[in-house]
Amino acid sequence: MADTILTVTGLTKRFGGLVAVDNVSFDVNVGEVFALIGPNGAGKTTLFNCVTGFFAPSLGTVIFDGNDITGRKPHQTVKAGIARTFQNIRLFDYMTVLDNVRLGFHSRMRSQVWDSLFKTPFERHEEAEITERAMELLRFVGLERRRDDQARNLAYGQQRRLEIARAMATQPKLLLLDEPAAGFTPQEKVDLMNLVHQILSKDITVFLIEHDMRVVMGISQKIVVLDHGEKIAEGGPAEVRANPRVIEAYLGKSA
Amino acid sequence: MNGFVGSIRARLRSPNATAYAVMLIAALVYPEIVQFVTGGNGDALVGLAADAGIFVLLAIGLNVVVGFAGLLDLGYAAFFAIGAYTYAIIASDELATAPIHHAVHIPFWIAMFVGLFVAAGFGALLGAPTLRLRGDYLAIVTLGFGEIVPRVFRNLNVWTGGVFGVSAIDPPTVPRWLDGPWAGDPFGIQQDLQLTSANLTGFYIVIVVVIIGVVILVNNLERSRLGRAWMAVREDETAAAATGVNTVNIKLLAFAIGASTSGFAGAFYGAKLSVVNSDQFSFIISITVLSMVVLGGMGNIPGAMIGGLVLYFILYKFLPDAPNQVASLVQSIGLGWLNNTNPNGWPGLGEEVNRLKYIIFGLIIVGIMLYRPQGLLPSRARRQELTSEEVPGIGAPRELQS
Amino acid sequence: MLERVRSATSGRIFGLAPLDLIGLLLLAVAVVWLIPQVVASGPGYFAQVLVFGVALGAIYALVALGYTMVYGIVELINFAHGDVFTLGAFISLPLLPLFGLTEDKSHGIDLVLGLIPVFLITMALCALVNVVIERVAYRPLRNAPRLAPLITAIGMSSILEGAMFLWKGPFNIHYPDLLPATQVPIGGGVTISAKSLIIVAVAIILVLGLTLFINGSKLGKAMRATAQDRDAAQLMGININATIAATFFIGAALAGAGGIIYGLYFGTLTAFLGFSAGLVAFTAAVFGGIGNIPGAALGGLLIGLISQMGDGYLDPFMNRHFGPGTWTQVLIFALLILVLVFRPSGLLGMRVPEK
Repeated sequence: MADTILTVTGLTKRFGGLVAVDNVSFDVNVGEVFALIGPNGAGKTTLFNCVTGFFAPSLGTVIFDGNDITGRKPHQTVKAGIARTFQNIRLFDYMTVLDNVRLGFHSRMRSQVWDSLFKTPFERHEEAEITERAMELLRFVGLERRRDDQARNLAYGQQRRLEIARAMATQPKLLLLDEPAAGFTPQEKVDLMNLVHQILSKDITVFLIEHDMRVVMGISQKIVVLDHGEKIAEGGPAEVRANPRVIEAYLGKSA
Repeated sequence: MNGFVGSIRARLRSPNATAYAVMLIAALVYPEIVQFVTGGNGDALVGLAADAGIFVLLAIGLNVVVGFAGLLDLGYAAFFAIGAYTYAIIASDELATAPIHHAVHIPFWIAMFVGLFVAAGFGALLGAPTLRLRGDYLAIVTLGFGEIVPRVFRNLNVWTGGVFGVSAIDPPTVPRWLDGPWAGDPFGIQQDLQLTSANLTGFYIVIVVVIIGVVILVNNLERSRLGRAWMAVREDETAAAATGVNTVNIKLLAFAIGASTSGFAGAFYGAKLSVVNSDQFSFIISITVLSMVVLGGMGNIPGAMIGGLVLYFILYKFLPDAPNQVASLVQSIGLGWLNNTNPNGWPGLGEEVNRLKYIIFGLIIVGIMLYRPQGLLPSRARRQELTSEEVPGIGAPRELQS
Repeated sequence: MLERVRSATSGRIFGLAPLDLIGLLLLAVAVVWLIPQVVASGPGYFAQVLVFGVALGAIYALVALGYTMVYGIVELINFAHGDVFTLGAFISLPLLPLFGLTEDKSHGIDLVLGLIPVFLITMALCALVNVVIERVAYRPLRNAPRLAPLITAIGMSSILEGAMFLWKGPFNIHYPDLLPATQVPIGGGVTISAKSLIIVAVAIILVLGLTLFINGSKLGKAMRATAQDRDAAQLMGININATIAATFFIGAALAGAGGIIYGLYFGTLTAFLGFSAGLVAFTAAVFGGIGNIPGAALGGLLIGLISQMGDGYLDPFMNRHFGPGTWTQVLIFALLILVLVFRPSGLLGMRVPEK
């Protein structure tokens, strides 16, 4: 029996006259890999932004883990248990690899201003604890030896993995990955797919936007297809792959 | 664990550690050297250093706002004024002439902290609605606030002494003071010593102790959960929000802490000068402190301190002395006629040199921004930027793309 | 900078956003307070306040235009702009006698004939100074984060002020009184000075000229395009550097003209006039909508009126309750903060796209 972790109902996002997301509804189940695909400009990242609080939806609701989080601010969605990465990788370039991940623990830490100010034993203990857990996450993505390097000095693939580690540090129940395989070599894509499986084994549901069909078909249990802001198909990989509307959206109508 | 010891060793060898060490040693020996070199007449120079210390405190505080959190504050002098006037009003006879007709003389250290909290309160009040604005708009809001505050103080005559300000303010009192042969007294401990202008060394010592305390506290902040969040917000506010940081609260904290430091410094300033007047808190002060932070190295505590010391001595010692120095130099090489005023408008070489101060200040600022924007002692992150880019940035905020 | 995009239609009352409603409410309160003050001091006083306000507003408008144009195209608050305004007055001082415009003689048509070249030369020189400042101090920092050019602008402002301070010293400088002193009656025993009419006329001509230029000429179009989307403009073949330089040029020319007008109308200057005048003019630009040219003109006018209302009615009122003091600046800066917090797009909306 599948539990639903995320329910998006009638989600619509308008920018003036442009409708970027048009009445989209779907459910994401716990423990699955859920993919959102569609041609460029279909509204996928806009949808992510609506779910994570960067945009307030014009219409519709977002229910996460039983709570209505529609229109909440980004840091509140993180507290609720959603984490995300970005299409263009947004790391803190001049902070160290370790600090990038340690920042991920920010919303779960309980040190207050006076703890920081006076370096209380509580603060010191908490810092040591999150440092250890940050190192665990770095080991998980294979970056433990780069801990003191500045994030901008990492190779592209390493930067993507660091962003994922940072997102995981927020202790999410749902991880949104925005085109995690962009710019990857075929081997890196295989490594990514393995990483996603390992993430699943940590009881984190994965919701991704991706263009590479092999990656999508390879790891997803359920796929939703968006075109011009509308949902045009939903289902398992085989279903979606055979759907004529999907093929048309990607290849265009034949004359 | 090797990494931990290694990182401590690395920190001890860093330029910052060297800077702290040098400043500490310099602070300890400065009064002695000055008194020795001037044959016992060094009081003015020690007093000057105490005043510089107040500005160092201001620079440390503004560095939290601008350097750590990346918020551009062009009206920092407003909180300086709030702290100074708060202390002045509650630690003098001023309230006797106010509508409540009852003067209060709150003890020094308590009054200082009252000044701190009042300033922090105004910082939170101003910050709450404005910190969500984009960078340059926030700058203008703070500039506006910096213009409003001194004027309001000047206008509320019955409470603040109006144009004349508040005078006869209670001086600082130190609970215990150690007397010794260094001051020509036998060993002994004084209770509740009031520092007067005859005891400039006393002011100096108090401000050095306060600075040491503040530096320790701010360093603690930097290397904590809060410091990390500030750095993240400064680098990429969107990514910080996406990582669970409540960016508005974080910015508010920086702003309030900056305001507290300024208020605390302001209270001490009022106590030391014994007068406060709205003219002392103009935009020039705000921009001077900002220049200190930028000159010294934004985001780096010892950098801001060094920027404070260097710029203070240039603006309050070197430039004011320059007219006389130049005049006597010119006199001694036989060009003394340059010193005379002329009816055609030449005000004398000395006065001309005096009038150069605005140009010099402007040139310093423009020069730093064009040629060394990372400052004299850049933070570790900024130093690494130096080796790669042409124009080292100053914490570039990135925009949301979608 | 991150700004959450809010749903535009929610929460409106009577078709207005709640914040606009609060603004109107405050305005209503201000008007209600103002009426008894106006009645008490009489219509003649009111007419003077209005006339002065419009005249001052015309000057602020000229300076505000430069701020708004530069901000629109490079998103920089050119702190030195207010000092270019002062520079205009300073530069024109030695030029006036060259064209026979001295205080001892009375002038007729030769005033107009003499002022035209003074204006043109001064405007050209101010424009040149601003272009040089842009090239030397702002262009190298065009891709640096906002903090850098902002601080540099403050430094440039200090340099300009210092230069004028060096030139003329700290004392008040007298500007020749050349405009006719006639008073024009408008009925009811109230008169307006011909001076006010003249300077408002000059300002209107300049603003109209600017508007025609921006909307009609190729360069004007290039400026609007570059302000909207610099990369696209570049791809269309527009020379960005030249367009930006032209913007600084025109803005400074207007400010320089404003400086001459200020001198003619008020008669005294100091080297530091530009600092506070610049801030007030910037407030006007924000008020009208930064990046918006008609907005700057409107903002200038409004701020001029508000500042004169402040001097004429608010100060006496506050002085009765709090003792001596000037509240006009406090009012204007408080307005600046309120506008930025509640309606950063200003009255006429923002033409600078939120990136």
